[in-house]
Amino acid sequence: MTTSTSPRAGGTTASTTASTTGTGAAAGAFPIRSLLVANRGEIARRVITTAERLGIRTIAVHSDVDADLPFVREADQAVALGGTSAAETYRDVDKVLAAVRASGAQAVHPGYGLLSENADFAQAVLDAGVTWVGPSPEVIRAMGDKIAARNLMAAAGVPVAAGTRTPVTGADALAQAQRIGLPLMVKAAAGGGGMGMAVVRDVEQLVSTVERVTQFAERSFGDGSVLLERFVERARHVEVQILGLADGRVLALGERECSVQRRHQKLVEETPSPAVDEDLRARMLHAAQLAGQSVDYRGAGTVEFLLDAATGDFSFLEMNTRLQVEHPITELTCGLDLVEAQLRIAAGLDVAFDAAAAPGGHAIELRINAEDPQRFLPGPGTISVWEEPVEQGVRVDAGYRAGNRVTPAYDSLMAKVIVHAEDRAGALELARRAVKAFRIVGPKHNLDFFSELLDEDEFVSGAYDTGVIERMRAR
Amino acid sequence: MSEVLAPMEANVYRVEVAVGDTVSPGDVVAVLEAMKMEIPVNAEASGVVTELRVVAGENVAEGAVIAVLADS
Repeated sequence: MTTSTSPRAGGTTASTTASTTGTGAAAGAFPIRSLLVANRGEIARRVITTAERLGIRTIAVHSDVDADLPFVREADQAVALGGTSAAETYRDVDKVLAAVRASGAQAVHPGYGLLSENADFAQAVLDAGVTWVGPSPEVIRAMGDKIAARNLMAAAGVPVAAGTRTPVTGADALAQAQRIGLPLMVKAAAGGGGMGMAVVRDVEQLVSTVERVTQFAERSFGDGSVLLERFVERARHVEVQILGLADGRVLALGERECSVQRRHQKLVEETPSPAVDEDLRARMLHAAQLAGQSVDYRGAGTVEFLLDAATGDFSFLEMNTRLQVEHPITELTCGLDLVEAQLRIAAGLDVAFDAAAAPGGHAIELRINAEDPQRFLPGPGTISVWEEPVEQGVRVDAGYRAGNRVTPAYDSLMAKVIVHAEDRAGALELARRAVKAFRIVGPKHNLDFFSELLDEDEFVSGAYDTGVIERMRAR
Repeated sequence: MSEVLAPMEANVYRVEVAVGDTVSPGDVVAVLEAMKMEIPVNAEASGVVTELRVVAGENVAEGAVIAVLADS
């Protein structure tokens, strides 16, 4: 294990223009005057906070049950979409576009999830003469197909794991599997968020698994294409934040370790990764930069890699063409406001980043979900007590406050606790105190899980992988 | 007689049994949907389904009765 104190942006070019951090007070008004945030909860609130600091008028859209949430209250204007489920509100392209037109918004920020990686929505926003805060619809579409993305990246010289170059069916899966070798992962090409994936260790299971994932993908994503990819046991998920600038340069800002997962979904992220040394970092950041350059990437994006910590081999998993849930840990160690950077790039402005002047240190994010801390099953409810930790070095990005109802209609994320200290030991100590100080009564929550994890030898040592939670719960 | 209860507030995604069916412990009675997750609700006892109190698409509160079973 190696622990470095400062993520260095290998291969990046420092710009010398006015800083985007700190006060952000550029001379004159920000070119984007109004922004509609097509999202909900903590990320909508987080985008609104930065937009307001920049003097941008903010417009929230919301479902019926979300009308009392902080992001709706804090926006300058709120547009009710009518309805409850995500499909009839935040995911309804026509309703959100109608809100864009009715509010006269000059730009749309999609947050993450929901419509953020919907290329048709991005195109419709542009067709309406409105600024899209994100990469081009073409890039979103290309990266949304995991098979196409793998092929594109391989062609650009980014390492990809052995896998299939075309969709597989039950009939040809066997021959492909023999070429790739077991164990392997069966993945829906259109999948995401940890859905539509299954590991095959036994060749007997191959055809039935391919059929099961195909059916699930058809039902869930409307596209049954499936790929096979070599599966690495005890792998780590390490991703790199990239920023494609208005002038075409692509910065690789640093990596995030995302191996604490349940059901293929992240619960904890940290930066720098305890598994990445200077040499590996330079190689991963270079690969991520190459990935971004190969598609002429604009805005904030994330290149996800699977890392075999034993060998230092890493391979491209996917590119997320939006802001990531865990972006704050990069903000704290890089000294950048990534939402501000997104808005500046969308407005055609430069973004300054000087790796040598970055604060560095170590940052950890804990996802506070409305779920039980043992089996991680959803536990919606009405919040009667909500007391956030307050301490130097502790940031809380919350979507809720006391009195709000956490409904079963959306994902379980209630808040993120993000801590930043000089080194990993300091960050762990800060995280332990923050978890102890956070009080939530009403919905189920996973604070007790984090208390457990933060004292778990495997996690504390830094030598953990994506199986850490499974091993904790198997005892 | 026993009841199959919703473990949490959720939307009923599918009902997997009909009145008159015989179920055994572990059989899936209904699949709920909450926070982007599908949660199967299993019978804890064996019995014959005498009553179904929910339909697909409906919202249920935590502890709501999904089905009533008569001892078989």
